[in-house]
Amino acid sequence: MRLFLLIFITIFQIGCNAQPWVKPYERDKLADPLMSTAPNPIDSGYLSHVYQSREASRGAEGTSGGGCGCN
Amino acid sequence: MAATRGPSVKWFSRVLLAYSPAHILLSRRGLLTQAPTRKVFYIRHIKPVNLTLKNKKFIFLVGWLLSGLLHAAVLPEQRMDVLYHSYDGGGMEINGPAVLVRKNLKEKYTISGHHYIDKVNGASVDVMSYASPYVEERQESSVNLGFLKDKSLFSVGYLTSAESDYDANSVFFDVSQDFFGDLSTISLGFSRGWDEVGNSSDENFSKEVGRRNYRIGFSQILTPKTILNLGFENVNDEGFLNNPYRQVRYFSNTNFYEYQPEIYPETRTSQAYRLGVIHYLNYGASLQGSYRLFNDTWGIKAHTYEMQYQQRVGWWTYSGKLRFYQQNNANFFSDLFPYEDFSDYLARDKELSTFQSQVVGVGVSYRFKDFKPRGSDHMSINFFIDHLQFDYDDFRDATVTEDGSRIDAEDQPYYQFSANVARFFISLWY
Repeated sequence: MRLFLLIFITIFQIGCNAQPWVKPYERDKLADPLMSTAPNPIDSGYLSHVYQSREASRGAEGTSGGGCGCN
Repeated sequence: MAATRGPSVKWFSRVLLAYSPAHILLSRRGLLTQAPTRKVFYIRHIKPVNLTLKNKKFIFLVGWLLSGLLHAAVLPEQRMDVLYHSYDGGGMEINGPAVLVRKNLKEKYTISGHHYIDKVNGASVDVMSYASPYVEERQESSVNLGFLKDKSLFSVGYLTSAESDYDANSVFFDVSQDFFGDLSTISLGFSRGWDEVGNSSDENFSKEVGRRNYRIGFSQILTPKTILNLGFENVNDEGFLNNPYRQVRYFSNTNFYEYQPEIYPETRTSQAYRLGVIHYLNYGASLQGSYRLFNDTWGIKAHTYEMQYQQRVGWWTYSGKLRFYQQNNANFFSDLFPYEDFSDYLARDKELSTFQSQVVGVGVSYRFKDFKPRGSDHMSINFFIDHLQFDYDDFRDATVTEDGSRIDAEDQPYYQFSANVARFFISLWY
């Protein structure tokens, strides 16, 4: 938790004191579909459910699901 | 060479739309996987152009002017996915179809919905120890409405899941805001869920579960090729959190062990923290890694590590991934309690035991070069398969007997199983 807060605050500090350093014309690579963390939402949603049904962990996956399906 | 003569109008229109911060930010949040319009999609197929300094400044200036006018006036991509999934392992076969549709309206609103079906056949080892395999179906549906205002995206949704003995309903609200020259995005979300737990062998059995999820996400463009993502989610559960069928076992002098129903606490609070980085590699590939830390009030702590590599070759995209997961047990878990009603809370679910799992996955996608159904922009077919391996450290396989008779629990091996999870789906952009 402390480490997470430290990273979070550090980034905010940098953000408050710096100017945007990546110019719009430098962002073509970022727009590439390869840079999407969840290029196929229907697939990532399904996999999250597979993991949630078999592990105690939950949350912070970026997808939602419901039900039990855990027997 | 075109740049030395000055970029053409057609080229410009592609670049400016692709450089739209909203497009980029939506893309990297997974809301866009392709560019939002037909014109923009082809941005990655433009031949490399050596931009002069003058052109760069010009594009920068016009790009920013345009982005100021457009704000975040780009909604998530319009697409439809039809998927078939199959899970096979650990005594269970689960398969079925799923569909996801997303449509935008008036360049301001977006609506999406999904429907998903699980057909379950079999039973996990927990149930097989004292019951029989079963056949069941679970259906899940959701609808989500989004509204784009300047650089903020608001969305509300409803999700429902129904099984013969378990109903879950939840509403959720999310908002995300771009700032810091659109290099940063912060998102906040809240969900409220109501579950109803039944029991197929007792029609009068009915229990409730309430759930609240609070989540915050932060995404930061670090370099022209690197994005950092941070996530946090807190979940509160309250109500009947047991599985009504599962039982724990306790030591017996006469028959090695006996069973009694499990008892869970009626509240649970958990936190999950996730840190992820994705980096673009110049030869048409990307590499991403993430770490998630989880803990809860039941004493469980878990670590998840994931790595994924994607490589594009022409119209094909190949991917490979590794996932490692490790957790310790809940403080009221035991494979064998010393005696009946040993404590206030009792659990023998393997999901609450100490274990680790590894996943190896590969996938391939093909985007059709020429073929597309009428009215669509383009389509792709995709196949992914993951192999899962679970190894338990304190959960024994109670189905192991000797000539049908029970044996000492300590003579039973620790449980382990593997499973294959395959998905085939067709995606259509329009």
